[in-house]
Amino acid sequence: MKNPFISIVGAENVKDSQAHLLAYSYDATANFQAMPDLVLSPKNTEDITEIVKICAKEQIPIVPRGSGTNLAAGTVPNQGGIVLLFNNMNKILELDKENLTVTVQPGVITQDLSIYVEQNGLFYPPDPSSMKISTIGGNVSENSGGLRGLKYGVTKDYVKALTFVAPDGEVMKLGGKLAKDVAGYDLMSLLVGAEGTLGVITEITLKLIPLPVTKKTGIAYFNSMEDAAKTVSAIIANRIIPVTLEFMDKGTIGAVEDFMKIGLPREAEAMLLMEQDGNDEQVDEDIQKMIAIAEENGATSAILAASEKEADILKTGRRAALSALSRKRPTTILEDATVPRSEIAKMVKAIQEIAVKYDVQINTFGHAGDGNLHPTCLTDVRDKEEMERVEKALEEIFQVAIELGGTITGEHGVGEMKAPYLEWKLGASGMKLMRNIKQSIDPQNIMNPGKIFAKEMKKRLVIHNG
Amino acid sequence: MVSELQQRMQESFQENVSEEYLMDCMRCGFCLPACPTYLATNQDETHSPRGRISLMKAMRDGDVVWDGSVEEAFDMCLGCRACEPACPAGVQYGVLIEETRVAVQQAKPQGGVEKMVRKAAFDGVFADQKKMASTVKLVQFYQRSGLQATTRKIGFLNLFPPFMKEMEGVLPKVESKKKRTMLEKPKTTQVAFFTGCLMDTLFQETNRKTIELLEWLGAEVILPKEQQCCGALHGHSGELEKGMRNAKANIDAFDSDDYAFIVNNAGGCGAFLSEYGKHLQSEPQYRKKAERFSRKTIDISSLFVRLGMNLQLKAMTAEEGAIVTYQDSCHLRNVNKVFLEPRSLLQDAPGFEYKELIDAGSCCGSAGIYNLLQPEMAKKILDLKMKGVKELQPAKIITSNPGCLMQMQVGIQQEGLEKEMQAVHIVDFLHEVVQKNQN
Ligand SMILES: Cc1cc2nc3c(=O)[nH]c(=O)nc-3n(C[C@H](O)[C@H](O)[C@H](O)COP(=O)(O)OP(=O)(O)OC[C@H]3O[C@@H](n4cnc5c(N)ncnc54)[C@H](O)[C@@H]3O)c2cc1C
Ligand code: SF4
Ligand code: SF4
Repeated sequence: MKNPFISIVGAENVKDSQAHLLAYSYDATANFQAMPDLVLSPKNTEDITEIVKICAKEQIPIVPRGSGTNLAAGTVPNQGGIVLLFNNMNKILELDKENLTVTVQPGVITQDLSIYVEQNGLFYPPDPSSMKISTIGGNVSENSGGLRGLKYGVTKDYVKALTFVAPDGEVMKLGGKLAKDVAGYDLMSLLVGAEGTLGVITEITLKLIPLPVTKKTGIAYFNSMEDAAKTVSAIIANRIIPVTLEFMDKGTIGAVEDFMKIGLPREAEAMLLMEQDGNDEQVDEDIQKMIAIAEENGATSAILAASEKEADILKTGRRAALSALSRKRPTTILEDATVPRSEIAKMVKAIQEIAVKYDVQINTFGHAGDGNLHPTCLTDVRDKEEMERVEKALEEIFQVAIELGGTITGEHGVGEMKAPYLEWKLGASGMKLMRNIKQSIDPQNIMNPGKIFAKEMKKRLVIHNG
Repeated sequence: MVSELQQRMQESFQENVSEEYLMDCMRCGFCLPACPTYLATNQDETHSPRGRISLMKAMRDGDVVWDGSVEEAFDMCLGCRACEPACPAGVQYGVLIEETRVAVQQAKPQGGVEKMVRKAAFDGVFADQKKMASTVKLVQFYQRSGLQATTRKIGFLNLFPPFMKEMEGVLPKVESKKKRTMLEKPKTTQVAFFTGCLMDTLFQETNRKTIELLEWLGAEVILPKEQQCCGALHGHSGELEKGMRNAKANIDAFDSDDYAFIVNNAGGCGAFLSEYGKHLQSEPQYRKKAERFSRKTIDISSLFVRLGMNLQLKAMTAEEGAIVTYQDSCHLRNVNKVFLEPRSLLQDAPGFEYKELIDAGSCCGSAGIYNLLQPEMAKKILDLKMKGVKELQPAKIITSNPGCLMQMQVGIQQEGLEKEMQAVHIVDFLHEVVQKNQN
């Protein structure tokens, strides 16, 4: 199987040792694993075209993989085949200061891009917590959000153009550096969030905005989760749109403190991290107002971060929340339920009740301002009985989210993990339309098979032996 | 077909590598950008902490069988432990890799040469201070006799991996004892000095200066006689038990209430000393004593800071001159979390301007004897390091560990920068500064 690929990318970019196959058998999703047959590192779009053509002919599955940090088993090669890496395609190609765009290869690390454009006085807002590791190709394919989503939106709001290789090897350029474009269906947007199931993205042009002059960060602690949730709703009802409105509960605060040792109050039931950017006056006004609102809603303490450095440390802590929580138990299974902002207090309450009902340990943190919470189950896969309760609890959380007008995943994607639940959100007709689209673009189903579309709906969620 | 060796290997992993520690890893990947081998291999997951932990687990679970590729993934690990502070989940990578080395060591039949080298190193030279001393005598003889020049010329060392050859070129000149050169203050504290086997032999000068500086700061320095090599090299090579033999000898040698600190001037040794307590948890006879030993362990920079050296340095005046920078010792930084103290001393040193080296916290590729065992990867990592050095153009690169010191000297030599810069142990550097400015 190896030889034709060696002649395309060179022997040094073809890996099939046992160690390699194992190292590319997983991503950040607990309890999913499957070995590929081959790992390839193409050097450019042409290499990928040729690889895809062979795979189309031989019906070999292709799993594009950035840094493997997704949380939906999106890069687990559950049907074997080829894992396609972008470690040789990680260059920033062009910064266009006139059109305010940057063009990159998919393997560029999100944080590297962010630092690069900021050095040039520009700003790329999407900042998933994993930005130090995640790739732009992965961000686009998951349509990732981040800590700045409330004010600035998510990845899709910044994608201007894509080059992609379709499952038949055809290369297409979609979109452009245009402010407006209505020529035909918006095919580019179809690829954003497609999770590698429609083709391979090989070049990305992103929109940039001017770097805000200043920013300030406030922190508020609460005696109850509901008070924090009420504060979130009140801030938005007061027509303040902060950059960041992040939430952590007591268990999360403790775990982050274990890792960072920065003096977070372990006794607080909840914490909000509030950031605003813009010009000096507006920033001051908004941040003072938010602090006042937090106090009105029962905050035990609400203060301004002493310095930008302190604010950065707090944000670093928030970004580490998920991994830090995994200190507590052997297995960490997190959810990504998202509800309209106005329903956030109800959702928080429901999660607490569900945890009690099924007697499972759930800690919650998340992008509260976006209505996007990450209730995280701390458990142990080796305990089958507990895992069954975990699964039921998570199903009920999905159920409640949908009832509140929300969705089963706000930013982590469907992958293999949530595929069985997708119909809950889309309904039978939505699934049918999705299937038709997939069928017409990838009739042989070679692009990341087994993701998004499950064989059976609503089967077991987390118990899986790959 | 699974061979007998593969079967034995799996069992050895099951026996030696703790499942609970493996389960701590949630595969988030936060450790990836901290890992020098991941970066030096253009992001090869096989050579990342997450990859290695997964391979350990897969060995236990039988998802992979032992083969060259699995072995290579573990062999390539520097053991620098930069992945530990980067990990929000608190994964104890240092323990896992040590356990892995034990597992491999126990199950693997050893080829002739490796066996010989191991035996000579771990049962011979490093096990016993006297043998170490005689080895050094050989080195001394070799250096003094002019043989060194001859062998260099005839290329005798070409027989060794290229890195070993370069190492030889930077071995410090072994000097005989010299007279005291510094004023002493009245003694206020007592500290015991863990001299370290390499430091005590190849770096005698540095040890002498360590004592002088401590005395100058008002400490009485005690040198327990029965001390041994710390055992780190054994521990990191799958010979933890032999390492613990040395540990116990040291714990006994330093078992006294007379002093509050056991100071060392080699980052690699210091980290291992500070983990005696952890390693001897399950030995009732030694547990308490080992914990006490580890609690008292302190690195030389931290002790200098505690003894008020910063103020003394600040009081000295000299014009700002050459650039000085610092290359962290991996274990001092990642295990003992000491990185501010040495920097603060350098910042306060008169006559120099301190500038931070790019990625100063990432390994230089020395990593114990890694540069001898994995010369290719070590060179890649050193090249990355030297790129930053060339940008900064310091006059002095300060280190806190003999391995780092020699490695940085190799780097300087490779780049042909011997005339412009020097790698210096922090003690030697401070000694010179103090001596120059004490009046
Ligand atoms: C601790 C932690 C925190 C996180 N925080 C956030 C957060 O705040 N917000 C958020 O949205 N997500 C978050 N994530 C999830 C994850 O980091 C994001 O989904 C990220 O975008 C994945 O990037 P990646 O490079 O790792 O992609 P991968 O995981 O490698 O791949 C993700 C998907 O993209 C596809 N893909 C990758 N590259 C290409 C390409 N070039 N062409 C076609 N398809 C491709 C893959 O097939 C896969 O389906 C977090 C994850 C972790 C572990
Ligand atoms: S070792 Fe820690 S940082 Fe690395 S993948 Fe595992 S949990 Fe994440
Ligand atoms: S010890 Fe160093 S080389 Fe080994 S996995 Fe950790 S960071 Fe990488």
